[in-house]
This record gives sequence, structure tokens and C-alpha cells, in this order.
Amino acid sequence: MPGTDSEAPRDASLPARAKIAVTAGKMAAALSQKAGRGSGSVIGGKVALKLDPDLLATLTEHLDVVLVSATNGKTTTTRLIAEALRAAGPVVSNALGANMPAGITGALANSTSARFGVIEVDEKYLPMVARDTRPKAIALLNLSRDQLDRAAETRMMAEKWREGLKDTDAVIIANADDPLVTWAASSCKKVVWVAAGQAWKEDAWSCPSCGGVMQRPGDDWFCGECGFRRPNPHWALQGTHVIDPHRGAWPIQLQLPGRANLANATSSAAVAAVFGVAPQVALQRMQSVAAVAGRYDVVQYRGRDIRLLLAKNPAGWLETFSLIDGPPAPVVLSVNALDADGTDTSWLWDVDYERLAGHPIFVMGQRRLDLAVRLEVANLQFQVVDSLAQAVDAAPGGRIEAIANYTAFQQLRKAVVA
Amino acid sequence: MSDQYYGQQQPQFGEQGQGGYGQQPPQQQQQYGDQQYGQYEHQHQQPQHQQYGQQQYGSPYEQQQPPQHQQPQQPQYGDPQQQHRQQQHQQYGGDAPQQPAPQQQFGRSSRMSESSLRVVWVYPDLLSTYGDRGNALVVERRARQRGLGVQRIDVRSDQSVPTSGDIYLIGGGEDRPQRLAAERLRNDGGLVRAAENGAIIFSVCAGFQILGHEFINDLGEREPGLGLLDVWTVRGEGARCVGDVLADVNPQLNLPQLTGFENHQGVTHLGEGVSPLATVQVGRGNGTGDGTEGAWRDTVFGTYLHGPVMARNPAVADLLIKLALDVNALPPADTTWYDELRAERIAAARPA
Repeated sequence: MPGTDSEAPRDASLPARAKIAVTAGKMAAALSQKAGRGSGSVIGGKVALKLDPDLLATLTEHLDVVLVSATNGKTTTTRLIAEALRAAGPVVSNALGANMPAGITGALANSTSARFGVIEVDEKYLPMVARDTRPKAIALLNLSRDQLDRAAETRMMAEKWREGLKDTDAVIIANADDPLVTWAASSCKKVVWVAAGQAWKEDAWSCPSCGGVMQRPGDDWFCGECGFRRPNPHWALQGTHVIDPHRGAWPIQLQLPGRANLANATSSAAVAAVFGVAPQVALQRMQSVAAVAGRYDVVQYRGRDIRLLLAKNPAGWLETFSLIDGPPAPVVLSVNALDADGTDTSWLWDVDYERLAGHPIFVMGQRRLDLAVRLEVANLQFQVVDSLAQAVDAAPGGRIEAIANYTAFQQLRKAVVA
Repeated sequence: MSDQYYGQQQPQFGEQGQGGYGQQPPQQQQQYGDQQYGQYEHQHQQPQHQQYGQQQYGSPYEQQQPPQHQQPQQPQYGDPQQQHRQQQHQQYGGDAPQQPAPQQQFGRSSRMSESSLRVVWVYPDLLSTYGDRGNALVVERRARQRGLGVQRIDVRSDQSVPTSGDIYLIGGGEDRPQRLAAERLRNDGGLVRAAENGAIIFSVCAGFQILGHEFINDLGEREPGLGLLDVWTVRGEGARCVGDVLADVNPQLNLPQLTGFENHQGVTHLGEGVSPLATVQVGRGNGTGDGTEGAWRDTVFGTYLHGPVMARNPAVADLLIKLALDVNALPPADTTWYDELRAERIAAARPA
């Protein structure tokens, strides 16, 4: 299982019920894997949790647990933190992004004598997982609109976090540049504030505390009415450096591109420090991460280099536009609206596709016509295509940037290996 | 665990500095400075207007216009390129060529202020949750394709709503922002005065509810609306209305079938002072069970349709522009991609 340090099995120390649950889960996972339906960790976790509802608590009892949640960047940051903490001991992690309780349980059921559990958690399940796993640290990166047809409203999510985390003993590592995250974290006992930046601001114009209009001069933010304001950060991302609480500046050298990943590395360094891993050590280890679950991967396809980029919501697209090669690099956009993506495509209109002016643009995916109208209204030139092959064959020279939302991204990955 | 690296003192909200990181060097201040997406006043003007500067205003007229020119109500637009320069001149106050403004004759008693269409987007900070910006973008694009100058005014909820706009757009939002928006619009009074002046107002979802007499707010209380539409909204007892909608528009409006996506809990009842905007074929619409969708009276419209509704139904954007110009027809503007999208969504919404 990737992301798991396999050493001597620890099952011997588990209570009987948990042991049976883990075994049954593993059988289900193996069956699912044999049937060619992915790693099987989610179905395995489901079976195991059914047999022992307390299994998540049992499995994490001996671990120093770190939870990572956000709208964007949680899979990557989980990976960066896992790499950093391996400096201090073996790590178990749900590195493949199975981030709901069943998937988490499935990943941890393979756990061994790991010291750390670094766990990505879906935003909705964070309070529940935080209760069950008694984490030592929780990283809260950002909150923004995502899948409104089925997820809770963004501000309500911040409220749920605030309510669910207020009694936790964990150290909260929170993004001070995101007013919603700040609101969620500011009821907690121990908070490490990180100035990690947040390019997307459209979900936090209204004060989460009193509803007043937020003032946002420069990097600062504050509510003009109630005094809720940006806390003084302990850590900060400054250019390509992490600034630690002692004012030390440490260069970030990542293989992963973009401002958002510099921010993820900064938050990861702050988490690692909670466990005594110094920033220079943590950052050095993060350098080994090249691609996360295929994201940022540069692949060869039909004789061309294609970089695969995942962007699931307006904030994600915004960060992605800032990292792609400039014009005339060809850009392929692919959007689906299957259940896992959210079935409402109106978010396309919150994305500034105008920023793609000058790029040759190819549009594909199940909802390519929604994209076509969006780009037409942005007054951009584009071609609608039926497949990646068609886009690649029509694209002018240079590395192709392929940006896709969730299931469209999975399809691109499949297409390039076919 | 080590205390070594996390901060010694926990900051309190009262005593924090301006964006502080202690003695932060000035570079930190600039770091995000070029990413000011939130500044509504700036956001839409520079990049978009530069974009439109590259647009070919002339061609749609010269090549496709002639049959429509015969119509007596048709406005004389003058040279669109020249008008565009005029528009830029007005906006930037820069060194645009000092040419006399072309004579503009917009049919009968044009509502249009001067030479450009004033599109007011009401409270994007509170009511822009479901891609409602798209409605403003489509209206702007469809007007510019007809060679019209457009001045888009995004009004944040701590600013007053101008009364001199031609088209007002008000979108959907979450429950608390909806209450705040209703409070601020009532106190401000600008939108009500604009309506009294005969402004065109198009509202979606939460915005639609605000235009009515009352709705149920996030605290479960009855919140007064603006009373611009004779409708009132209660909280639906059943499941939330989520999914695709197909609706036949009130024949008086002479519009093609509406396609959209709804996502609301409210149930909106219509009084005698309004007509339903449409009748649903698929979906729930107002949620009253009688098939009505939205409401309208004169130049004030409300709908539950997202999508955004103008992107799925550009004829609605064209209707608002026609009302603003007080004309019966507009020069044609290409709808190829809209038509393909409409065909796909209508087919997808229809029960198999």
C-alpha cells in the first residue's frame, strides 16, 4: 500500500473485535482489488467500520495523529507533512486521498509500528474524525466554495469546524490569511497562525463573526464593524522562503510548482515543528515529492509533453492559472459534472478564464459546451474537441498544460497511459 | 511534542497589528499585492475592457444586419467602433481621440443613460454564490456584440445602490448573507427608488425572494423584503429543490424554453400583482406544486434558475437589453455555442 511504512504488523496488540474488523476489511479490500476496482481501501474500511465502529479510535490510539483539512491542497499537504515527519519516525498516511472515515480506516488498517498518522480529512468529516482520533495537530489550510449542490455552504463549514474543534487539545495550524479558517480556528486553545496567503477572496467579504463588510487593504483583513481581524502570524510564506517564529528564513525548494504549493510547504513546516522537526530538515525532505496522486505529473503522450493539473473549484483554478506556462503554451481544459464533481457547473462563471487570453485553448470533457459558452463570453478563441488525442494532435508546439476537474482529471490520467 | 517552534503567545483579536508579522519587511506586503481579486471596483474594469478592445464590433452588422434594418423601431447605433472609443474615453478619462460623439437615436423614449448601458450588479459580496457573475458577464457581452457601450457597476453592500442604472442584477446566496442583503437594501433604498423610476431588475433565487414581500431568514424569522414583486416566500417542508429545470416561458414574453439548475429550500407564492415567469416541465420552480416558476411584473423579474440563467438562455439577456433600449428587436449576435449547450441541457433534463 503506497504511503504506508510496512514493518512488523501491530495487529497482535489490537482488541479482539478490532482484529476481526481489520481482517474482514482486508479481505474485502483484497477482493475489491482483485476485481480491479482500485486499491480497495474504501470498501475495506467500510466493512471494518461496520464490524467495529470504534475502529478508527483503536487504530490511532498509539499514533501521534496529524489531521489535514481544506477545500484545496489537502492531499498535497498531507504528503508534504508525511515526508517531513519521516525525519522523526515511521509514518502511516492515507496518501491516495481516500479522506472520508471509511477510506481513512482502510488506510490505517494496514498500519504497522508507525509513530505518526498523517491523515487527510474531508472538510465535512473533520469534527468527527478529530473526535475519534485525538490528534496532536490539525492543519487548516483554506475554505472556499466547492460543490454547492451537495456540500454545505462555505460559511456553515467554517462554523462546523469552529463548533467541532473548540474543545480539542490538538495544536491547530491555521492559515491567518483566510478569514473563514481564522474564524474556525480562533475558538481553539492552541493555535499556530501561518500567513500562507489565499488568492481567492470571494467567499470572505462578509465577516464570519458579525456579517459586517470585510476590509482588505493589501494582505491585511479586518471587519469594519466588530473588530474581528487577521491574527499576527507566527509563520509566514515570504516569496519562496518560510519565515519561522524566530524570524529565520528558510528557502523552499520544491519540485511541485506554484504559489499554492509554497503555501502548503509553509504550513507543513509549521506542523513538522510541532513534533520537533526543524524547518530546514522538513523542507529538505519535502523536496523529494514530485507528483501527488498524478497531480503536476508531466507525462509523454503522442510524442508530446503534457502536464496534468487538477483544479476542482474557482479557488483551485485561480491558483492553477498562476502556475502554468505563459502564452503561447497550449492549454487543454476538461470539465465533467458527474456526482464526484458536483452536478452544477455554474461555478465556471466564478473562474476568470479571461486570464487564458493568448493561449491556444482546447476544450473537452462531459461539460465542454458549458466551457465553450464561458469562453465565448470571455471573448477567447478556442476549439472544442472530443478527446485528449484530438486536442494534442491539433495543439501547436510546446509543453501542453492540461487542467481538469476531479473525474475529468482521472480520465486524462487514464487516457495518457492507454 | 516540542514547544520550540510554535508561537509563544496566542494573539488576541483586539491587539493585533495591521497585517502584521512583527517587523515584517515590506516585501511581505507586496507579496499578494498583485492578486487582488476581491477588489470589485478594479476587478472587472481593466482586464475586461482591454479584452473587448480587440473585439470586432463592425462585422455582425455589416454582414448580417440588413434585413433587420428595415424595422421601424430599430435604433440607429452609429459606428460601433467609434462608439467604443467614446466609451473608453468616458471610462478612463484618458487621451481617446477627440472626435464628436456619433448621434445616437435609440428608438422612442430610450431609458438608456447617455450612450452606454449601465448594468448594476447588486451586492456581489453577499449574493454571488452560484456563478451569478455569469449573468452580468453575459448581459455585458450580448450588449457589446451589438456595439453598445457598457458600464458595469458592481455595488458592494457597504456602498449605496445607484438609482440611475438601466439594468439591475441581483443573485443568489446563502441564508445569512441573504438576510444581511435584505437589511442593507431596505436601509439603502436605492434599488426601490430605481424600481420606481422604471429600472429593469432581474433577480435570481435568494435575490428573487428579497424582491418579494417577505421570506424566512437564517434565524427562522419572517424577514421583510423590498415588496417590488407581489410574492412571499416560506420555508419548504419537503426536500430541498435541487436539479435541472425546464420551463415554458409566459407567452407574453415571447421567449424560448428556459433551461437551468435550481437549488433552494424556499417556496414562493405569487400574489395577483405578478404573473409567473414560466411553467415548469421538469423541476420544481417556485415549489408551490402548481408548476409556476419565477415571477414578473413590467420590468421586474424573478427566477429560481441558476446555470447561470443568462448563459443557458441568452434570449433573457437580450430581452433585458431590448427593454433598456425600448426597442422590439436587436441586431443578431452569434448564439452557436449557447444553442448547442441549450440543446444538450434540454435533452439531458427531459425524462428518458
